[in-house]
Amino acid sequence: MNNTTKTAEQTQALVRKSLARRYRAERRFRLYGIAAVAAGIGFVIFLFGTIFAQGASVFRQSYVQLTIVYDPETIDPAGTRVPEELVAADDQALVRAALRERFPNVEGRSNLRELYGIVSSAASIELQRRVVADPSIIGQRETLWLLADDTVDMLLKEKVWRSAPEDERRLSDQQIGFIDALRADGTLKLRFNAAFLSNGDSRDPEQAGVRGALIGSALTLLITLLLSFPIGVGAAIYLEEFAPRNRITDVIEININNLAAVPSIVFGLLGLATFIGFFGMPRSAPLVGGFVLTLLTLPTIIIASRAALKAVPPSIREAALGMGASRLQMVGHHVLPLAIPGMLTGAIIGMARALGESAPLLMIGMVAFIVDVPSGITDPATALPVQVFLWSDLPERAFVERTSGVIIVLLLFLIVMNATAVILRNKFEKRW
Amino acid sequence: MSSSLLFVLLVALSVLAFQLGKARAIAVVGGLRGVRDLHSLPGHYGLLTAIWCGLPALVVFALWISLQDVVITQLVLADLPANAMAQSAQALMLNDLRNVVAGNVPAEMVAESTRVAAAEYLKLQRIAQLALTVVTFAVGIAGLLVVRARIRPDLRARNAYERVIEWALFACSAVAVLTTIGIVLSIVFEATRFFNIVPITEFVFGTNWSPQMAIRADQVGSSGAFGAVPLFAGTLLISFIAMIVAVPIGLFSAIYLAEYAPLEVRKVVKPLLEVLAGVPTVVYGFFAVTTVGPALRVAGEAFRLPVAGESALAAGLVMGIMIIPFVSSLSDDMITAVPQSLRDGAYALGATRSETIRQVVLRAALPGIVGGVLLAISRAIGETMIVVMAAGLAANLTANPLEAVTTVTVQIVTLLVGDQEFDSPKTLAAFALGLVLFLVTLLLNVIALYVVRKYREQYD
Repeated sequence: MNNTTKTAEQTQALVRKSLARRYRAERRFRLYGIAAVAAGIGFVIFLFGTIFAQGASVFRQSYVQLTIVYDPETIDPAGTRVPEELVAADDQALVRAALRERFPNVEGRSNLRELYGIVSSAASIELQRRVVADPSIIGQRETLWLLADDTVDMLLKEKVWRSAPEDERRLSDQQIGFIDALRADGTLKLRFNAAFLSNGDSRDPEQAGVRGALIGSALTLLITLLLSFPIGVGAAIYLEEFAPRNRITDVIEININNLAAVPSIVFGLLGLATFIGFFGMPRSAPLVGGFVLTLLTLPTIIIASRAALKAVPPSIREAALGMGASRLQMVGHHVLPLAIPGMLTGAIIGMARALGESAPLLMIGMVAFIVDVPSGITDPATALPVQVFLWSDLPERAFVERTSGVIIVLLLFLIVMNATAVILRNKFEKRW
Repeated sequence: MSSSLLFVLLVALSVLAFQLGKARAIAVVGGLRGVRDLHSLPGHYGLLTAIWCGLPALVVFALWISLQDVVITQLVLADLPANAMAQSAQALMLNDLRNVVAGNVPAEMVAESTRVAAAEYLKLQRIAQLALTVVTFAVGIAGLLVVRARIRPDLRARNAYERVIEWALFACSAVAVLTTIGIVLSIVFEATRFFNIVPITEFVFGTNWSPQMAIRADQVGSSGAFGAVPLFAGTLLISFIAMIVAVPIGLFSAIYLAEYAPLEVRKVVKPLLEVLAGVPTVVYGFFAVTTVGPALRVAGEAFRLPVAGESALAAGLVMGIMIIPFVSSLSDDMITAVPQSLRDGAYALGATRSETIRQVVLRAALPGIVGGVLLAISRAIGETMIVVMAAGLAANLTANPLEAVTTVTVQIVTLLVGDQEFDSPKTLAAFALGLVLFLVTLLLNVIALYVVRKYREQYD
């Protein structure tokens, strides 16, 4: 085909003939785009949907109502009423007696064991707490809501099916019979689960709570914020307002950009080798976690703070300098107050990233099973995302729900933080 | 005196120094009326005094606190009788010592020599704490007195004070460089120790990875093997799957949002997609284990394909979802940076919208998009939690995405989590892997940033 000899009609005919095909290609291309966007949004909805579907039920927990007799013979046969004796008492026996009273017809060791399995081992701890707090209740009767076992809880929440063959369930047919009897008269039901937010970690799913991880995360983030915000803002001010254009400044700048893209686990290795290995700081402590996350979030905060400083128009600087202010006075009195909202936004986003980070914390040992709620920055602790990692590894069905529950708590914090950042930005962002 | 109390007292001393310096400045010019004779404001003299009082003292304080433990341990070790102090015995004893000192273990439970050492340690600790108090206060008060004595009307207090602040700001920005140096030094140091035990060629080219070292020298079947090729292969396989998911979806959503979508749709959809980047990776890992993995196994059974419980596919797919927003927002930036005149030129020649995008816009934006994809790959290689939770531990050398593979980051975590001593090849291997990870991601980032910057210069 030779273009030069082609007439206008021939070209038009050619174009017209291909037009339908080209329009089809156009529609197809646009469809790919819509499909890609739909897939992306679909993933968001599916991800959040599954997590919430699995985890929303964690805020309700099965409780059994039992009438407990605080039998003096069991609790304190000697009648001394000293706390040491009361702590040593076999409170489990009180729960068992109450269960036998509720189901007088159950006999035989194995049947009784199945009956006892309905109530959590946490119930006796609750009774012990009550007795020690107020020894005068010994000898009285009290009707209480006590924690049910996690297998019962799963059945009530319909996370396991009673139609499954008996040997594939963790509850026997007889136990399901007990459960139905209790439910029929309203003494076994789901109630608000405050323990999930107020308990520390536990190997029993029904007792496990996020308080320890929550405090651990809070302490770690506090240290991160206290260190990374001043250092980050200082670095940004130096680079934007004071730094001469020379090789040292260039090296620092390239460095910050590269650090922002270093995998987080490498920061964990750094923390392990220097803070713990060289300086001998305590393992598993929020202090070290805060140091590592400071180094991790510093580039984010520096970059955001520099952007905030860049957005302040030069005329303000010139006016201040013209009035005889020194450079530091110009920055401190005029530029910084205008840039602070932007810097805060950057800091919040950096903190949100630090809150979700777990790989470096694994490296410095914040991954142990810790029941106690940490009380200081050098106590062993864990953090919310690490708690997700720890619980996701456990075999009990009920821990899937717990894990999703922690994720919901974590996501709520992240949403609040990011929303604050957006609101701050919208409220204080100035167009000059 | 406890360290935190000392810290508070030092801060209080600085506040006092501020007041003293300010009062002195006013006094040397004969009261408030003479203030105009001062070179700087009275407050500047106060600040200068406070800085020279507080700063040196706090620097001494910080250095002392961070080095005290190391120094005391060395002193205690040097005092010990030199007998039976093999490296391992020494480590064991140090461990006991620390436990006794921290009060975790009652002193009766450890050996006699350790008990003596622990007592010595506690004694030195007390002395050090006392010395710290004396030294920091001496330094602080000395600084205060020296500056106070030098306050005269012609002392350029503001300039001196501002110079100190500028140096402090410089120090802040140097933290970033120090971090890099710290990363390089610590990783290279440990990795070199590893390569002294295991030859570097075996590490880079060996195809057998089983880092469990023999407990006894004569034990059969568990001599450590440190050939990292299966890890590199596994990492690449999972990253490749992730990119197959992320690049088309990310790129096409960027094209749609930048070129087709009305402004209102773009305003809603773009942040919604970026939510994916804000979700913690541990959540993706959980999602991969509880939802995607089982779903793939069910699907595999339907097609009579054996899917491993922890398949590379599940980890890769979920990682791909995580990376979509990186690809899409970077591509979006690049596409919107293409000047409108190029599009108008293509339309004028009769091209349809998709033809314009494919043959003009994407071609102009290509270097930037490639840079973005390189950044996404580096993110995929360094990603840890998804693969730790969803990929396996067995080092299989395979290209089959339905089998379990392991990655560099998974092995770093498995080698380092739990009890460990610092000198076994097992622990050191993690640092060698970390070195590889750091170098590869650094290289990818440098190339990506170079490509992106070079491209941007063309149109700005």
